Amino acid sequence: MTELDVRSARADQLVAGQKSQWEIIVGLEVHAQVTSQAKLFSGASAAYGGAPNAHVSLVDAAMPGMLPVINKYCVEQAIRTGLGLNAEIQRVSRFDRKNYFYPDLPQGYQISQYKSPIVGEGEVEVEPDGEDAIIVRIERLHLEQDAGKSIHDLSPNETFVDLNRAGVALMEIVSRPDMRSAKEAAAYFNKLRGILRALGTCDGNMEEGSMRADVNVSVRRAGTREWGTRCEIKNVNSTRFMMQAIEYEARRQIEILESGGAIDQETRLFDPDKGETRTMRSKEDAHDYRYFPDPDLLPLVLDEAWIEQIRASLPELPDAKKKRFVREYGLSAYDAGVLSGDSDAATYFETVAKGRDGKAAANWVSQELFGALNKKGLELSASPVKAEALGALLDLIKDGTINGKIAKDVFAKMMETGDAPGVIVEREGLRQVTDTGAIERAIDALIAANPDKVDDVKKNPKAFGWWVGQAMKATGGKANPAVVNEILKKKLGV
Amino acid sequence: MSIDENTVRKVARLARLALPEERVAPMAAELNGIMAWIEQLNEVDVEGVEPMTSAVEGAGLAMREDVVTDGNDPERVLANAPKAEDGFFVVPKVVE
Repeated sequence: MTELDVRSARADQLVAGQKSQWEIIVGLEVHAQVTSQAKLFSGASAAYGGAPNAHVSLVDAAMPGMLPVINKYCVEQAIRTGLGLNAEIQRVSRFDRKNYFYPDLPQGYQISQYKSPIVGEGEVEVEPDGEDAIIVRIERLHLEQDAGKSIHDLSPNETFVDLNRAGVALMEIVSRPDMRSAKEAAAYFNKLRGILRALGTCDGNMEEGSMRADVNVSVRRAGTREWGTRCEIKNVNSTRFMMQAIEYEARRQIEILESGGAIDQETRLFDPDKGETRTMRSKEDAHDYRYFPDPDLLPLVLDEAWIEQIRASLPELPDAKKKRFVREYGLSAYDAGVLSGDSDAATYFETVAKGRDGKAAANWVSQELFGALNKKGLELSASPVKAEALGALLDLIKDGTINGKIAKDVFAKMMETGDAPGVIVEREGLRQVTDTGAIERAIDALIAANPDKVDDVKKNPKAFGWWVGQAMKATGGKANPAVVNEILKKKLGV
Repeated sequence: MSIDENTVRKVARLARLALPEERVAPMAAELNGIMAWIEQLNEVDVEGVEPMTSAVEGAGLAMREDVVTDGNDPERVLANAPKAEDGFFVVPKVVE
């Protein structure tokens, strides 16, 4: 039996109640949709959206006599993900029926893997922002079907059902209860998302529900080792909500326990508008799923050669990428972590950095670009400034066409218009002035107009900054700062 | 193993079967008869035998390629629905 309880919370992670200090225990069940064209057991499309019931085969609608046939690609993605999580790939796994009734589950059961999942134990190293790395153990990963969608607000007395999602392949990734704060849980979820996206097994699109989590939360008095009763918060689809839900739920449980009450093991829902969790299913309705092996499906037996072939095709994962960014581009561990965590960000960065200064590229991507995208609320994939264009901007700085300050203005215009940096520089006349004659003339005019300041700077070297500022202003910010410095020093005799 | 009346009620509820109260006791008796019959299998020594989940031995699980070959026929999917509207199945409301 695996030791479940591996560590205690750090002192700064404890939550103070009225009477004592409490430790939060969190485990996650993450549902990740496989990036397949077709569903797990039918040939209907797994694409998001579509007209109601358009992506539905008679297998998904559970018509009598229909038989499931497993999608090979989905099996391959589960194996790939298992390998990416350093987990054990089970050579033999089975499919079971999980029985319950709901209108968006036409079979009356979900095909899942209960006793024998395709992937067993693994682990993920997680580094919450500014904290030491922790290990989160993976208990299992299994393949299962998604359910359809019930819409309750189209009619006062009826529920509308769309089966487009019914039967879409999901990987359920179950962690051990190894997280001790909301921050650790969010960091684990983000790390998992980065790994899945790097592997290409799940697109990680949380708005479309491609990745969502059931969050198990319990609390116990600091220093004790017994587990508290846990509550499960269903279907959380953003890390922000996840953190809010965990913090609210821990407080709620602590208040109940400190006033002498007991926690009911139940399923709860997080309400983002109110920032609180509420009961979804009480104990009386506790599910009795009556799992049994699905007689329509034979055991899934994996061929060793196939597993090895998949292992050989694994891409570079975020941890390895981070180390390489430090080694190859001389980035700080922090910058390397930011840029390697997401495969889109990593590809973007490497396109910019290729053949250029790695540190400069990292600064522009992680600060200017990410900052601007954040402000506009845009994903990197929707950025008006593509990696090649940002690279071209860096080239313009490097070859002296523009200076660093003007580059920021050009970048802002690139974000606005999507135009190439060279086009903007020419159109707006932003080319750096390296013509010493022009700079000298501007500085001569400044000196003639400010004789008092000339005396100033001779007595007080700090006044030199004023001169640089004025000279840059006089040239519309376009002068080469090094040339300005040099000429000023010569003419002012400092 | 013996099945009491509460177990019968629970199993009926889980299977969404409407079982009139007067049928509960006879049903318990019938199920106990079936269980007693099945329990004869306990006489077989299965020490070290893997549980069998399929009668088909040797054949692997058949797999399909990841290609969209089906769907795009909502009329056919909805053909047997007691009620449908705008392409949706319509059922009695399942939440308050």
